[in-house]
Amino acid sequence: MAKIKGAVVIDREKCKGCEVCVVTCPTQTLAMSSEVNAKGYHFSYAAAPETCIGCANCAVVCPDGVITVYKMKVG
Amino acid sequence: MAEFNINEIIKPANLAYKKSRILTDNVMHYCPGCGHSTTHRVLAEVIEEEDLQGRAIGITPVGCSVLMYDYLDIDFQEAAHGRAPALATAVKRLMPDRFVFTYQGDSDLAAIGTAETIHTCNRGENILIIFINNGIYGMTGGQMAPTTLPGMKSSTSPYGRDVAMMGSPMKMADIVAMLPGTCYVTRQSVNTPLGVRKLKRAMKKAVQYQNEMRGTCFIEVVSNCPSGWKMTPVESNKWLEDNMFPYYPLGDIKVPQE
Amino acid sequence: MEKELRLMKGNEAIAEAAIRAGADGYFGYPITPQSEILEYLMTANPQKTTGMVVLQAESEIAAINMVYGGAACGKKVMTSSSSPGISLKQEGITYIAGAELPCLIVNVVRGGPGLGTIQPAQSDYFQATKGGGHGDYHLIVLAPASVQEMADFVELAFDLAFKYRNPAMILSDGAIGQMMEKVYLKPQKKRSEEILPWATTGKPETRERNIITSLDLDPERQEKFNEKLIAKYHEMEEKEVRYEEFLTDDADYLFIAYGTSSRICQKAIQLARDEGIKVGLLRPITLYPFPKKRIAEMAQKVRGMISVEMSAGQMVEDVMLSVNGKIPVSHYGRMGGMVPTPEEVVENLRSFIKG
Repeated sequence: MAKIKGAVVIDREKCKGCEVCVVTCPTQTLAMSSEVNAKGYHFSYAAAPETCIGCANCAVVCPDGVITVYKMKVG
Repeated sequence: MAEFNINEIIKPANLAYKKSRILTDNVMHYCPGCGHSTTHRVLAEVIEEEDLQGRAIGITPVGCSVLMYDYLDIDFQEAAHGRAPALATAVKRLMPDRFVFTYQGDSDLAAIGTAETIHTCNRGENILIIFINNGIYGMTGGQMAPTTLPGMKSSTSPYGRDVAMMGSPMKMADIVAMLPGTCYVTRQSVNTPLGVRKLKRAMKKAVQYQNEMRGTCFIEVVSNCPSGWKMTPVESNKWLEDNMFPYYPLGDIKVPQE
Repeated sequence: MEKELRLMKGNEAIAEAAIRAGADGYFGYPITPQSEILEYLMTANPQKTTGMVVLQAESEIAAINMVYGGAACGKKVMTSSSSPGISLKQEGITYIAGAELPCLIVNVVRGGPGLGTIQPAQSDYFQATKGGGHGDYHLIVLAPASVQEMADFVELAFDLAFKYRNPAMILSDGAIGQMMEKVYLKPQKKRSEEILPWATTGKPETRERNIITSLDLDPERQEKFNEKLIAKYHEMEEKEVRYEEFLTDDADYLFIAYGTSSRICQKAIQLARDEGIKVGLLRPITLYPFPKKRIAEMAQKVRGMISVEMSAGQMVEDVMLSVNGKIPVSHYGRMGGMVPTPEEVVENLRSFIKG
């Protein structure tokens, strides 16, 4: 059966660490990193990238539009 | 199971979402998690998708969003506090084929600018008014707003809003919906993906109604203010759902008669 | 094309002249003694003939902000009011100056302060020429003394406003606003279709977005901007001073007066000359930029000057500054809506001469 696999590209320097994407993601793909960016914010990243389904909820809710989403059918 | 190769997925052909080209490269100065940023993003997408860049004129307020003109690549006018609907009235009457909108906060729309809000809606000017209601005055440091909830603390209501002394919060969307000049009045939110998608649909309707010269469209975005409310962004979104939405219910209050 | 001759009230002449000058919009609010401007425009309904927008706003504050919005689109827009309403407009006016926008504001002055009276006065001189609103800026201020000038100055004010991208004011008074005189009206000018490069008209591919604002949070940049404004005002002071002289060639004394006071002075001059007093009149037409150079020159020739104004003495300070201590300068005027008679003015001149 065809499956959707997704991937997110997060601009870590523009992320302000609000964490809204992390709580919104339906597949627990995202988490906040322990590193900080140049502005001192912990930024969001795909901690479990293989779980991403490309639903784009994270990007849709991101206040600063730092997330770009890709998805494709596999199988 | 097939090998998982992320570079297979990250290709232009597979693009599912990217922020609108109408947003400039400037980093928005809003606090992390602020509803202003999200609303700007949605508005930029609508302007791009409805091909409005060549005829949009936005009127910015005084408040946190005073620098909105740095974030969207369209023509903008900076209004005096509360007066954006007056500017928009003139712009639309002088150039009826442009897409004209105001973007205003609590003080701008519901305190100092109340007369302009009411009268512009009453005259039914063919513009879109976007009202960001976060129950507080953000830019000036978290003072009480006409929309601050009963009992809610702010820097000028340190013991909580006392309705007996300070009056009740004003439900601006309901007030303007009573005026015949408004054709579309709705409350939306941007704290969840569903809310964001609904706001986008609401904005597109407003574009359509303005094209059809149906009257004033009023979109109230019930939003958070993490700094003003002294919470983290995630906490503020929860507080928004638990406290603001019951007082300011989401949904369409008025739609044009078909 | 022929000019049209009509008998009109000052206020009506402004309204008719605005239509004929190709104005794009008028946004106003009723207040005595200038409501005729709005009423005339509503009755004339130029939206049907020239497309000019006429709107009664919900307040004077709303009206000036409508003017700001229209001016930001590069349109020829105006408002009118009287003293208390002009006070309300001050914030909007500084925004217009700070954003470098052209527009016309008409003040048909009444007695003040506060709600005051509805009779004429000249007590808004400071407000008009020294700011009125906050910050370093000036209005271009024209002072008509007849119904003809009420009409002529509308186009002149717009021309100057667009030339310098600065708000302009016609500072009239309740007497000129209400009096009826002959006026020659110019033929209808077509409304401009020009898209100004700085205006907000919708961003085409061919330019960057236009932002009309008076805000700059960077003090170094804001200072440079203020210097730019000051340079504009210096240019106005060099090039745009306008005044009229009456019997000044052989004058020993000079009246400085504008508007209604200047007309009273003309009669007072006749009466004084009948008694052998050689007095003349310098009538400023632009109150800003003020005719300081000419007054300084005249201070070399005359023995004294009296600023005749219907106020407690406002323009007299500018006369004193221009004269710079060379000769005595005093003020004569009535307040609260009282209009001086020529005889009173002559009596005051006699006392002034006696010392």
